[in-house]
Amino acid sequence: MAAIESPSPPPSSPPPRPAARWTDEQVDQLLGNLLRLGVIVATVVAAIGGVLFLARHGFEPSKGHVFVGEPAELRSVGAIVRGAVALRPDAVVQLGLVLLIATPVARVAMSLVAFILQRDRVYVVVTAIVLALLIFSLSGGIRG
Amino acid sequence: MSVLAFTALVIIGSVSAGLLGALTGLGGGMVIVPMLTLLFHVDLRYAIGASLVSVIATSSGAAAAYVKEGYTNVRVGMLLEIATTLGAIGGAYLAGRIGTGAIAVIFALVLLYSAYRSTKPLAEHIRTEDDDPLSRRLRLASTYPTPKGLEPYGVHNVPAGFGLMALAGVLSGLLGIGSGALKVLAMDQLMHLPFKVSTTTSNFMIGVTAAASAGIYLSRGYIDPALALPVMIGVLLGALTGARILAGANTKVLRRIFAVVIVALALEMAYKGISGGL
Repeated sequence: MAAIESPSPPPSSPPPRPAARWTDEQVDQLLGNLLRLGVIVATVVAAIGGVLFLARHGFEPSKGHVFVGEPAELRSVGAIVRGAVALRPDAVVQLGLVLLIATPVARVAMSLVAFILQRDRVYVVVTAIVLALLIFSLSGGIRG
Repeated sequence: MSVLAFTALVIIGSVSAGLLGALTGLGGGMVIVPMLTLLFHVDLRYAIGASLVSVIATSSGAAAAYVKEGYTNVRVGMLLEIATTLGAIGGAYLAGRIGTGAIAVIFALVLLYSAYRSTKPLAEHIRTEDDDPLSRRLRLASTYPTPKGLEPYGVHNVPAGFGLMALAGVLSGLLGIGSGALKVLAMDQLMHLPFKVSTTTSNFMIGVTAAASAGIYLSRGYIDPALALPVMIGVLLGALTGARILAGANTKVLRRIFAVVIVALALEMAYKGISGGL
C-alpha cells in the first residue's frame, strides 16, 4: 500500500490533480457540515409541522397514546411527502422526522462518494454494503 | 389532558431524560423509554420509536463536532456499521415478533448492566503498534489529537469487535437505544482504541445504527409524530445542556446518584414487563 504512495514525483512534473482527490481531513469537514445541516433542516421542518399541529389540535383531548399503529399516510416516505405537500400538520412533522432519519443515510452516501474519489476499493465495498442495508430498511424492509 | 398540555409535559420530561442521559453517559434513549412508559403510560412500541428518533438527533448533532475535531476513526466506524446495521435490522424485526413484556424485561437487564458499567470506569489500554494483520489490510490504524500533538494508535481484534457490535445493533433495534455502552466496550476493551476515539466513533455509528431500525419502525406505524417530535426536541435540548454541564462537573458523584434512579427505573420496568402491566 505504501509503495503506491511513497515514490515522490520527479521535481519537474506538475502536481497530480490536486482537486480530484479529497484528503481524509477534507472529507471529515464535509461530513461534519452535512450532519449539522441535516439535523437543523429536519428540526425546523418538524417544528413548523408541530406548530401547525398544535394550532389545529392543541385543545383537543390527548389520545393517551394507547397503541393503535399510525395510519398508512404516515408510514411510507412517498405518502408522507404527499401529505406534507398538502400541508397536513402530522405529515409535515413526519417529513421532518424522515429527514432526520435520512441524515445519517446521506452521510453514508457522501462517504461512499469520497471513497470512490479516493479510489479506496475496500471501503467503497464496505460503504456500499452499509448504504444498501439502510436503503433496504427505509424502503420498508421486512414487514413483520 | 389536552394535546397541548401532554406535549408540554413530554418536552419537560424529555429535557430531563436527555440531561440525565448525558450526565450519566448512558444516553438519552436509556432514560426516555422507561420514562415514557412508566410515567406517561405511553405504549412501549411508540416509546421505542420516539426514542430512536431522538437518538439519531443527538448522535448526529454531536458527531458533527467530533468528526471535525479529528477524533473519529471513520474507517473503523464504516466497517463496524456493517455489523450494527445488520444487527439493528434484525433487532427491529425481533421487536415485531416478541411481546412487549419480554422487551421490557430485556430493557431492564440492559439498563441495569449499563448503570453498573457507568459507575465502574474501565482502564484505557492503547496499543500504539499497528501489528494486527487484518487491521493492516483494512488500514484501520490512525492518529488522534493529544496535548502532545497527533499520536498514532493501532486497532486489534477486529472480528471480536465486529461480533460485539452486531449484538449492540440488535439491542439498538429492539430497545430503541444507542447501545453506546456496548459499542465503547467493544472498541476500548477489545479493539484497544483510545477512549476519546472509541466514544466519538461510537457516537458517529449510533446515528446510522438507529436509522437502520427507524426505517422499519416507521413502516410499521410505530413512529407517532405527535409523540416523537416533543421527545426529539426535549432530548436534544437536554443532551446539549448536559454536555455543557459535564465540562465542569464532578461526574463521579453525579453518576452514583443517578445510578440509583436508573436501578429504580429498571426494577419497575422489569416488574411491569413480568406482571403484564405494559
